[in-house]
Amino acid sequence: MTSTASGGGPSDGRTDTAALTGLTAAELAAKLAAGEVSSVEVTRAYLDRIAAVEPAVHAFLHVDEEGALAAARRADEDRAAGRASSELAGVPLALKDVLTTSDMPTTCGSKMLEGWTPPYDATVTRRLREAGVVLLGKTNMDEFAMGSSTENSAYGPTRNPWDTERIPGGSGGGSSAALAAFEAPLAIGTDTGGSIRQPGAVTGTVGVKPTYGGVSRHGLVAFSSSLDQAGPCGRTVLDAALLHEVIAGHDPLDSTSVDAPVPQVVAAAREGAAGDLRGVRVGVVRELGGEGYQEGVQRSFRAAVDQLTALGAEVVEVSCPHFDYGLGAYYLIAPSECSSNLARFDAMRYGLRVGDDGSRSAEEVMSLTREAGFGPEVKRRIMLGTYALSSGYYDAYYGQAQKVRTLITRDFTAAFEQVDVLVSPTTPTTAFRIGERVENPMEMYLADLCTIPSNLAGNASMSVPSGLSDEDGLPVGLQIMAPPMADDRLYRVGAAYEAARDAAQGGALIDRVPQLEVA
Amino acid sequence: MLDRARDTGKNDQGARAVPTISRDEVAHLAGLARLAVTESELDTFAGQLDVILDSVARVGEVAAEDIPPTSHAVPVTNVFRSDVVRPGLSQEQALAGAPAAEENRFRVPRILNEEA
Repeated sequence: MTSTASGGGPSDGRTDTAALTGLTAAELAAKLAAGEVSSVEVTRAYLDRIAAVEPAVHAFLHVDEEGALAAARRADEDRAAGRASSELAGVPLALKDVLTTSDMPTTCGSKMLEGWTPPYDATVTRRLREAGVVLLGKTNMDEFAMGSSTENSAYGPTRNPWDTERIPGGSGGGSSAALAAFEAPLAIGTDTGGSIRQPGAVTGTVGVKPTYGGVSRHGLVAFSSSLDQAGPCGRTVLDAALLHEVIAGHDPLDSTSVDAPVPQVVAAAREGAAGDLRGVRVGVVRELGGEGYQEGVQRSFRAAVDQLTALGAEVVEVSCPHFDYGLGAYYLIAPSECSSNLARFDAMRYGLRVGDDGSRSAEEVMSLTREAGFGPEVKRRIMLGTYALSSGYYDAYYGQAQKVRTLITRDFTAAFEQVDVLVSPTTPTTAFRIGERVENPMEMYLADLCTIPSNLAGNASMSVPSGLSDEDGLPVGLQIMAPPMADDRLYRVGAAYEAARDAAQGGALIDRVPQLEVA
Repeated sequence: MLDRARDTGKNDQGARAVPTISRDEVAHLAGLARLAVTESELDTFAGQLDVILDSVARVGEVAAEDIPPTSHAVPVTNVFRSDVVRPGLSQEQALAGAPAAEENRFRVPRILNEEA
């Protein structure tokens, strides 16, 4: 356990805290099961760590100290009575603020929902509670999950623990930063165009977008309903797998939820960790690399591919020609659905209301409220979507984007006839500086270039750290993509690669995260 | 247009004589979307939306006449359940987040333009 203690922060003088927060979720679960530690002790360690590093990171919008400790006590009591709810019972978690919680505010990073506490739990929230997982609080995000840097949060940006002048990715930058700063062993994200995987890549953590429909969207505040998918985030592939099995499965409250058995991802992660990929066919996507990709990212990616070959995988190059049009299709489809979904923020039933002085009509109040409550990126996307859906432009924009979506799905189908999984870099570059792309939305959108195709096609996709870029010392992610409902393949290949990477690089990547300034 | 394209950092591709979307069109869209945007926002958004639309319009290069559109990644059909009463939100819960409530109902501003 010597290697894990460093990342948890021995220099902050809290050796007990560091010893516990440095553990993986799987290690914590084992210690809880063996009675070596209580959930209350673990939860207190994380709350201490949060108090110490939040001024430097700002991963959380809300920390529920009282609720977390109460949940921890219940988990301890249940375990003492011989009825632990799940393997992860008593393990803490950070929840993205886009999932509803009946006992905590849910703001989606927006002024529109400031102070709002929903009347019900999301299905993901409910399943976590039923599994005895301890909810530490809600994490920061780009407003309504629109963005790639967390700079679009109305409550200020989150900082990347690897370099606090840089972005932690987005929209789920709070969840990824909480993991990399050892403020939580597990987190939940949501991924519409890469909002789990891109933050995972730039913070050196693991993030999985399950197959669309694999995890219920009930209580996930909708941005783009045909693309949104909640998923697990962790510091290791096995941790993500343990969390995946807690949250996945059919839900009658989500009509798009897939009514099929949950892929056996924990077993796949354990099998993968044995390090044998003989018989596995891996396809390198030709279109996701080359010009425009940072050199260090490309070198890290090639080293990862070599490692997969060394593990026995058969690696070939495959072409997915329509991926070149993925970004365009996505930035027409997602804003179109967003313009429709965000019409619900009408200042009438919940959330902000501005300008209701008795003289103004409902429509005027609505317009003033939406102007005051939404930030610039949300407004841009609402207007872009309104345009793409308007008569006269519909066929050329939204209609054409939907056809391109079909062609991208066909590219995947053809590729998966040749190989078991596809791989690419997760992002074209490492974490950029805070402020660098704020004025230039199109530049910001490029961060999602490699992750978008899997949202459009709905297949499963993971980002697993591949090391640090040699030119800037920042984390790089390897993206692994699998066919729909074959999420287990991600975990088998991801765990095998992770073990080989750690062996080759002399320890877990996450333990090389720099010490943070502590309060 | 050139200046505006430069402002958005895309002077190499964004500089065209006729923008894809005009400032007036953006003002119209804001009205449709019920966003009371300011004049200065209109200036900024018009330039940015023009660059974005110019880029995403690349999807038009794909020959896709006979390709069926995909609206959803997985096949979606209506899901029905039996018509039985189930617990829902109480009136109190439903109104808990309301900006204004009166007599156990949402209170909203007048919806017609005439004076009441």
